[in-house]
Amino acid sequence: MRYEAPGTIEEAATLLARESGIARVLAGGTDLLVQLRAGMIEPDLVVDVKRIPAMMDIVEENGGFRIGAGVSCARMGEHAALVAAWPGVVEGAELIGSTQVQGRATMTGNLCNCGPAADSVPGLVAAKAVATVVGPEGRREILVKDIPAGPGKSNLKKGEIVESIFLPKRPERSGDAYLRFIPRTEMDIAVVGVGVSLTLDADGTITEAGVGLGAVAPTVLDVEDAAKAIIGSKLDEAALEKLAAAASAACNPINDKRGTIEFRVDVAGVLAKRAAKIAYKRAGGK
Amino acid sequence: MSGIHVSTTINGDQIDYVCEPEETMLDVLRDRLGMTGAKEGCSTGDCGACSITVDGRLTCSCLMLGAEAGGHEIGTVEGVAQGNELHPVQQKILDHAALQCGVCTPGIVVAAKALLEKNPDPTETEVRYWLAGNLCRCTGYDKIIRAVMDAAQELRSA
Ligand SMILES: Cc1cc2nc3c(=O)[nH]c(=O)nc-3n(C[C@H](O)[C@H](O)[C@H](O)COP(=O)(O)OP(=O)(O)OC[C@H]3O[C@@H](n4cnc5c(N)ncnc54)[C@H](O)[C@@H]3O)c2cc1C
Ligand code: FES
Ligand code: FES
Repeated sequence: MRYEAPGTIEEAATLLARESGIARVLAGGTDLLVQLRAGMIEPDLVVDVKRIPAMMDIVEENGGFRIGAGVSCARMGEHAALVAAWPGVVEGAELIGSTQVQGRATMTGNLCNCGPAADSVPGLVAAKAVATVVGPEGRREILVKDIPAGPGKSNLKKGEIVESIFLPKRPERSGDAYLRFIPRTEMDIAVVGVGVSLTLDADGTITEAGVGLGAVAPTVLDVEDAAKAIIGSKLDEAALEKLAAAASAACNPINDKRGTIEFRVDVAGVLAKRAAKIAYKRAGGK
Repeated sequence: MSGIHVSTTINGDQIDYVCEPEETMLDVLRDRLGMTGAKEGCSTGDCGACSITVDGRLTCSCLMLGAEAGGHEIGTVEGVAQGNELHPVQQKILDHAALQCGVCTPGIVVAAKALLEKNPDPTETEVRYWLAGNLCRCTGYDKIIRAVMDAAQELRSA
């Protein structure tokens, strides 16, 4: 295995593209090093992106936030303006692992590892976040929801690196929230995770919404029917019931020791309602 | 093989070493530098026995490559006491008998010190969440939490 830590993303992309063997990007390493140690992967080349200055910052841009792919989740939680604008995205990122893991783990690593239960991804999907990707053919933008292809598999092409994730500007009266169910109170893998983002008009009617669902299918889902169920409502009981039904209907989960299929399907609906209520309140709705 | 030369700072001392690309920071500390304070409990990021700080931030040294340390400030449990004088976190762990086999202790010392530098007046809940990534299989957590709360109070009144 070779280790490289280039200073620009173009150099990093070239290194990855030229490698004929197995190549991996190293961000926080909290997934990659575990996989290395377990012998699950044996890369010929590891490219550390943490020496690339442009990937190590959180920048406000046109009222939105660009989060460099090397930024740790702990740093997101320390960024007051980001927390105020996107509390749900940040709470998903901050649920990842322990204090030790938080200091290294990145949201982009969480996304590119393509785990179905990745905690920061449903919030990003609900937010309609966009990733900027740099590869041998240049730069492109791709919706976060389109990056995972299946468990451990992404739609990124050889040599492509996510440079940053962009959270667009939201209108006034917007809010978001992420909730997960785990059997313990800390340090566990989500059985279900739900991110909800929404925007209200002046009288509290929902005008826009996004719902991301984790751990209930091979990839994190963008549940448009769930978003539609609450758009136009003031999140009354009927809208909440429709939301829950749509979230449950979207599930295609597995049975495992953490939760049965029936349980996951049911909890997806329950958590969607709860997350929507929190997001609604944060948006200023009553 | 392809040894990588790394220049870093450990507990304030300038240190140079050569390591293999696949070696973790924990391997480097223990096997190359003879600093065996950090322990290998799991090597998967779950137990926290290998805790160090990197530029002041708490990290599992088993989840970091030795090659990544260049130019950073590494802090280990060996740097916590000043000569023979124990840090209050260390002294309170002894006073409260908050250790048995001691394998988790270096990680808890490093983690608790990092907490108190960031938050000198944590609630018990905050201490418990902060230390959720430090597993102890013998002592039970109550004594550890009490020791950390007590150390916090001593540091505040000092
Ligand atoms: C003890 C422990 C607890 C954990 N708890 C949780 C949890 O509660 N919830 C959760 O969701 N996860 C959890 N994780 C998993 C892990 O911490 C997260 O998935 C984390 O966000 C990964 O980020 P990273 O920067 O460390 O990624 P890395 O390990 O550096 O990378 C992960 C993958 O993404 C690729 N990659 C990274 N950056 C890029 C990029 N910029 N462009 C292209 N590809 C890239 C890598 O090549 C690799 O395949 C836990 C891990 C540990 C060790
Ligand atoms: S050895 Fe690093 S966390 Fe257990
Ligand atoms: S004292 Fe033995 S693991 Fe904590």
